[in-house]
Amino acid sequence: MNKTLLRGVRLYGEGDPVDLLISDGVIAEIGTDLADADAEVVDAAGQVALPGFVDLHTHLREPGREDTETIATGSAAAALGGYTAVFAMANTDPVADNAVVIEHVWRRGREVGLVDVHPIGAVTVGLGGEKLAELGTMARSAAGVRVFSDDGHCVADPLIMRRALEYSKALDAVIAQHAEEPRLTVGAQAHEGEQASRLGLAGWPAAAEESIVARDCLLALHVGARLHVCHVSTAGTVEVLRWAKTRGDAIAPQATRAGIVPQAGRPGISAEVTPHHLLLTDERLASYDPVNKVNPPLRTEADAKALREALAEGVIDCVATDHAPHAVQDKDCEWAAARPGMLGLQTALSVVIETMVRPGLLDWRGVARVMSERPAEIAGLSDHGRPLEVGEPATLVLIDPDASWTVRGAALASVAGNTPYEGMTLPGRVMTTVLRGRITAHDGRIRA
Amino acid sequence: MRHLLSTEGIDPATALEVLDTADNLKRALLGREVRKLPTLRGRTVVTMFYENSTRTRVSFEIAGKWMSADVINVSASGSSVSKGESLRDTALTLAAAGADCVIVRHPASGAAHRLAGWLEEAGTSVVNAGDGMHEHPTQALLDADTLRDRLGSVNGRRIVIVGDVLHSRVARSNVHLLTALGADVVLVAPPTLLPKGVEGWPVTVSHELDAELPTADAVMLLRVQAERMHGGFFPSAREYSIAYGLNEARLRLTPDHAVVLHPGPMLRGMEIASAVADSPRAAITDQVRNGVHVRMAVLYHLLAHEEEANA
Repeated sequence: MNKTLLRGVRLYGEGDPVDLLISDGVIAEIGTDLADADAEVVDAAGQVALPGFVDLHTHLREPGREDTETIATGSAAAALGGYTAVFAMANTDPVADNAVVIEHVWRRGREVGLVDVHPIGAVTVGLGGEKLAELGTMARSAAGVRVFSDDGHCVADPLIMRRALEYSKALDAVIAQHAEEPRLTVGAQAHEGEQASRLGLAGWPAAAEESIVARDCLLALHVGARLHVCHVSTAGTVEVLRWAKTRGDAIAPQATRAGIVPQAGRPGISAEVTPHHLLLTDERLASYDPVNKVNPPLRTEADAKALREALAEGVIDCVATDHAPHAVQDKDCEWAAARPGMLGLQTALSVVIETMVRPGLLDWRGVARVMSERPAEIAGLSDHGRPLEVGEPATLVLIDPDASWTVRGAALASVAGNTPYEGMTLPGRVMTTVLRGRITAHDGRIRA
Repeated sequence: MRHLLSTEGIDPATALEVLDTADNLKRALLGREVRKLPTLRGRTVVTMFYENSTRTRVSFEIAGKWMSADVINVSASGSSVSKGESLRDTALTLAAAGADCVIVRHPASGAAHRLAGWLEEAGTSVVNAGDGMHEHPTQALLDADTLRDRLGSVNGRRIVIVGDVLHSRVARSNVHLLTALGADVVLVAPPTLLPKGVEGWPVTVSHELDAELPTADAVMLLRVQAERMHGGFFPSAREYSIAYGLNEARLRLTPDHAVVLHPGPMLRGMEIASAVADSPRAAITDQVRNGVHVRMAVLYHLLAHEEEANA
């Protein structure tokens, strides 16, 4: 029998330290001075135990760009970052717009086994925005897709978006929108504002995001479907969400098609924010170093502040990394030629501690909510984000809240090294990640 | 000075020193039969132009040659650039081949800054000859030099810059430099051609050219690029010309001493009437002439000045 004994942890960072005995993948006992001769003992004195993190927005790059990330290396980065489930975006090459690619990604994730890899299906064929992909086939594939997104591209045509939302109702699925009105962002390089004007970078106006979010909220409310807003980046989007959520926060489980079991408690309209939009601003663009280039772009301190407050308040539901590995040649070039995106899986927790826990905006219960419980609810994952209680799956993470570490892109598990936090010292460290009773990462190392 | 990448944050004393050097070089060459100084003999200057340009490239080339530098011109279409080589590799190759100074024009804003970073170890100087919509610092220096010539000084003068400020690197460099030198700068454009956040710039913003002309010491016209005319930034060339073109009637609204500048190439009949461009009030050919001396001065400060200071 596979047993592990975690000694001296504080559940949700609260109360007195307890021991946690894991047996057969579930939490078997919680108490003090537990002992079990067969168990591997992990001394975790003073560490915070939370349910394992769930990332709704990861680019694993396989198939197609294995020179920047693979399902194996991305899974390792996820486990080291405290994640037990990640959702792999569909913009691979070939695009995950059919059950064949979907099942390949799902199977590779299972083979690697470090984290539950859930493929996200494309909304439209080839991310082209013109023709719905076979959402039903992907939903009924072995991977059981419940999240669809054209991320990287906006489903810009309002009629296609309406149909996608409507059609997804029978699949118990959610449409995750990359909100970017393409006509307002032709050639856009940076947040449209004083900094971009000074640097001569074509502007990406906040209204290009806000107008799509407003439109999509109205469409989702109109047809009674689930909408998830990817990487919210502006204060204005927060206001739109605040309004929309008063009207559509609870959509009842739908009558669904055969073979699809609806999950209760999933929100109607939900939203995520990335760690980088919580911490970084367009002030960093002065160097023209494309490591800071990301889509949506880094915005102003006023936006970042509004995002932090919205996350604390629950207007923004969760943190998602938008982990986006890129090759050196796609970043070590002039700004306009660089690809947008930055690594995030291994730095997400520390950035959340820096921006949310340290200033008192979130306690550890709040961290569990935004990094585990809420994303699991949004995606309909029934075995993640569970309470740390006897009988629940032992899918959790242990954190040393007092440690700090200095980020080195070359030392991260990803193939690519494009982290915007290079050289920064960040608080908090993931010590141990446990997936259904199995330790996947411990003390900075992967346990294969 | 190691590089000349922008005029933002430029120390006014340094700017004036460059302008004084340009004036000295101009005097030194005046009336000479052989216009050649030995100052940069043995130095290699490479111009790297990723955008079409005649006047700027030729101006830098003449500046280098009159200083006796070896000047090599690389254009994007006649080099390995067209084979897909990265900007970084091209720059490192040129530095390894012995370039002391790289003069770069590039459609991407910040390209010169990136080059300077990559060439830090090689010790090669970088001059920004125009990067995207960002800056064109030697243009601003030659404009300031021309204004000094015509008006005696830049300090306290009211300079009206008219046209496509949004996309103009000339406008950005001039705003930084002219305000650093003590000028009052007025930007005149339709709202669609002004950058977001321009209220934060140390300038006055106006949409009404006629209102600004009576107090102008100089009017600087910006080129309106053809693609902007079709991009919906304004309804038609005709309407733009009516509202913002400098014609003879408008010129009469300016004080008698006021001077007209244009960075070229000009669209006669659109942003500037032919009669204005050819009038004695226009300093457009002076700008080109001063451009050579200013660029000589820049090369001198980058490549020769340090040595003399250290000697």
